[in-house]
Amino acid sequence: MAAERLILSRTMRPTDLLTLTPAGLYCPPGDFYIDPLRPVPRALITHGHSDHARPGHGAVLATTETLAIMAVRCGEGFCGTRQAAVLGEPMRLGDVTVTFYPAGHVLGSAQILIEAGGCRIVNSGDYKREPDPTCTPFEPIACDVFITEATFGLPVFRHPPARDEVARLLDSVALFPERSHLVGAYSLGKAQRLAALLRAAGHDAPLYIHGAMERLMALYETLGVPLGDIRKVPTGKEAARTSFAGSIILCPPSATQEIWSRRFADPVTAFASGWMRVRARARQRGVELPLVVSDHADWEDLCTTVCETGASEIWVTHGEADALVHWCTNRGLTAKPLHLIGYSDDEEAAAADGVAAAAESEAPAENKPS
Amino acid sequence: MNRFAELLDRLAYEPRRNAKLRLMTAYFRETPDPERGFALAALTGALSFANAKPGVIRALIAERTDPVLFALSYDYVGDLSETVALMWPGPPPAGRPDPSPQREGSRGLASRGHNHPPAPTLTEVIEALTATLKPDLPHLIAGWLDGLDETGRWALLKLITGGLRVGVSARLAKTAVAELGGLDPDAIEEVWHGLEAPYEPLFAWVEGRGEKPEGASAVPFRPPMLAHALEEMDVAKLDPADFSAEWKWDGIRIQAVAGSRQGQREGRRQVRLYTRTGEDISGGFPDLIEAILLDPAFDGAIDGELLIMRDGLVQSFNVLQQRLNRKSVTPKLMAEYPAHIRAYDLLAQAGEDLRVLPFRGRRERLEAFVTGLATSRIDLSPLVPAASWEALTAARADPASAGGGADAAAIEGLMLKRHDSTYVPGRPKGPWFKWKRDPHTVDAVLMYAQRGHGKRSSLYSDFTFGVWRGPEGEEELVPVGKAYFGFTDEELSQLDRFVRQSTINRFGPVREVVHGRDSGLVLEVAFEGLQSSPRHKSGIAMRFPRISRIRWDKPPREADRIEFLEALLRGRN
Repeated sequence: MAAERLILSRTMRPTDLLTLTPAGLYCPPGDFYIDPLRPVPRALITHGHSDHARPGHGAVLATTETLAIMAVRCGEGFCGTRQAAVLGEPMRLGDVTVTFYPAGHVLGSAQILIEAGGCRIVNSGDYKREPDPTCTPFEPIACDVFITEATFGLPVFRHPPARDEVARLLDSVALFPERSHLVGAYSLGKAQRLAALLRAAGHDAPLYIHGAMERLMALYETLGVPLGDIRKVPTGKEAARTSFAGSIILCPPSATQEIWSRRFADPVTAFASGWMRVRARARQRGVELPLVVSDHADWEDLCTTVCETGASEIWVTHGEADALVHWCTNRGLTAKPLHLIGYSDDEEAAAADGVAAAAESEAPAENKPS
Repeated sequence: MNRFAELLDRLAYEPRRNAKLRLMTAYFRETPDPERGFALAALTGALSFANAKPGVIRALIAERTDPVLFALSYDYVGDLSETVALMWPGPPPAGRPDPSPQREGSRGLASRGHNHPPAPTLTEVIEALTATLKPDLPHLIAGWLDGLDETGRWALLKLITGGLRVGVSARLAKTAVAELGGLDPDAIEEVWHGLEAPYEPLFAWVEGRGEKPEGASAVPFRPPMLAHALEEMDVAKLDPADFSAEWKWDGIRIQAVAGSRQGQREGRRQVRLYTRTGEDISGGFPDLIEAILLDPAFDGAIDGELLIMRDGLVQSFNVLQQRLNRKSVTPKLMAEYPAHIRAYDLLAQAGEDLRVLPFRGRRERLEAFVTGLATSRIDLSPLVPAASWEALTAARADPASAGGGADAAAIEGLMLKRHDSTYVPGRPKGPWFKWKRDPHTVDAVLMYAQRGHGKRSSLYSDFTFGVWRGPEGEEELVPVGKAYFGFTDEELSQLDRFVRQSTINRFGPVREVVHGRDSGLVLEVAFEGLQSSPRHKSGIAMRFPRISRIRWDKPPREADRIEFLEALLRGRN
């Protein structure tokens, strides 16, 4: 039996180890899915964003932080059974070994290495290379097949250092001290990263947040990420008494254009996202202060990471796959797009965040997106 | 250059006028000469470069990037300057390997182990772009692009390819300069023509360090005097006996100036044609300029209306539009659309400033001035008898009956000017009134709504409306215009609520609302005129549309049909 398995392993191709199914990437010898798009018996989850971490699975294996985030976002009963993965510790699942490594995307985010019969596949989930005070930095893992995102997979996307963008925000606050600054930021990851960067830049004033962010902000604090004085934007009469002049308010991106935002007199509308690199994108959304802060790898970092893994085969899950596949092919690598529908770019995630925001907030019924 | 780029970047995203002003004033205050002067030139559109063209930029980026990656990127971004600015290979970041294939090759050698040049100043850029010959340009521009960041490259490329498009008018930029010294922007306009970049004497004067740079031009622009709209309640308070009345012609308000610098011979006469905002449009009207230049009796400044005259008849505004916004014109165009000035006022004559005279005195001087002219391209705008409000009301309602004659269709309404009014730049309250004819109105159906900007960014405040077209029983709505004002704040919040509750479709920032025969919202839209427009699906474009009433009571099927507008369009032309 052992000998048979060895023979099986030797002939194992990457596509035997990980195959594309309607529910997402599936590992037959381990009998699990990674970031499945619909409920499955066993799921490995790279990180807590709603397009990757969906409720309703039988068993879930993820980092402690990701499990906690899922419990906050989807409710305590988000799955049947859960198991915490420890970064860097190999685990045996069926006929394969899996190891979680940090991805640097958001708190708890991980890459997943799958090994069997000498073949190593790394599914990186979403990742970035830029330092982020709210999560463990990305580590390149040597592998044969590297599965990457390409959200910002075009050479026009080069993210500037996030601290410079935060400095621009603070400059604007200094220039318009009588106005509030309404900053659109995804509720998971971006909002906390901005808060931490603002603190690092010496901004000690209270940060106001939209109600939809309250629980995740609190969770980050609980998990040991200090964010300073965070206050929920008051409602009703108390809101009328509060002056937001000179304040920074973090909210889900869609909220900057919703009725909720009317309580702030003449705000400067900002949006922290990699998409803000493209002017037309910022203008379409009515953004006055675009902040190019992304939790995804930019073009240079995608290319750098592909090189550093030493992989000879690159699978691109979602995003601007064509350009990255072209670049890999030019370098003599085998590359293919997986066209995983359901993993969104930031904008769709924003829409999803917006729904959550409306549902969690005290907004009137007419505010709920139809 | 980086500071200027940062300014442009902020301006491009800032929808508020006052905030734009503040950004510019802060820049002018913090930036030394001559840098800020060249920035002012760029913002007022006073720059153009003969040799630096988009083709140069395309060639440069093609040498440096993979064509497939460039094509994918350009397709995504949609703007050449921006794509190039973002894709331009920068120095490899410290500690990171250099993975980009575009850096391998000829340019790779230059970027590795080579110190990038420091970012150029705006002054260096403008002086070099003006002086450099075509063959040397690519190398020069490439050097600058290497030294700048993304925003700096974008600003440089916008500067080179022309058209900053950051939502700043020349007037607004001058207003920002005026604010440096607490001056009125008209004071800047007065001295503007005759000054050149980098405007050091201007800044020195504004900051109280130098003399007013007067007399720099023989043909200065004088900021025009504007009128307030006549309100119902004014009528009771005003005595027609205090006023002169004249027609308000439907052309564009201009100022024609001719003169020669002191000490210069008569042959060195200069002529300029300015819009009411001080834009020099002489280049588009060589026919008028020549007529004035060859008429030695024209020595002064006329305030008047630019019109097209054919066989002694004033043509409609639509006809005039064929001559507007052109840098140069063909003889054919000039023959088909002969330009003409109808004179309202005389601001200066033979070096004498007449603006201190009362209107009556200026009018006498104007009549003598125009009578003395040899050219037939300038005539006098006639006065309208203003014996009583009844007479004025009748004249306004039917200009033909009060001497408007065959030109009545080109009359927009009446102007009322106090006999004793001196010519004051700007819009003083009291001396002048405009009393326009009643606007046209149409009942249209709301079709789409878009969110506004700035304070209105959470409100649906831009409304696209349509009228019915097609045979009975199969009629459909065709959009005929877009309006974003005319309503009160209360009405806007009602409209916003209607849009949110009646959305049937979303296209990015635009919402489509219910618009059927029996469900939907009728808007009474007021507008000043129509013109045919092949670019619009309906074939019609509206001038100055605004929402005059919300017809909550009216079912959409009773809204107007396209034939109503088409008949109006034929009647006007």
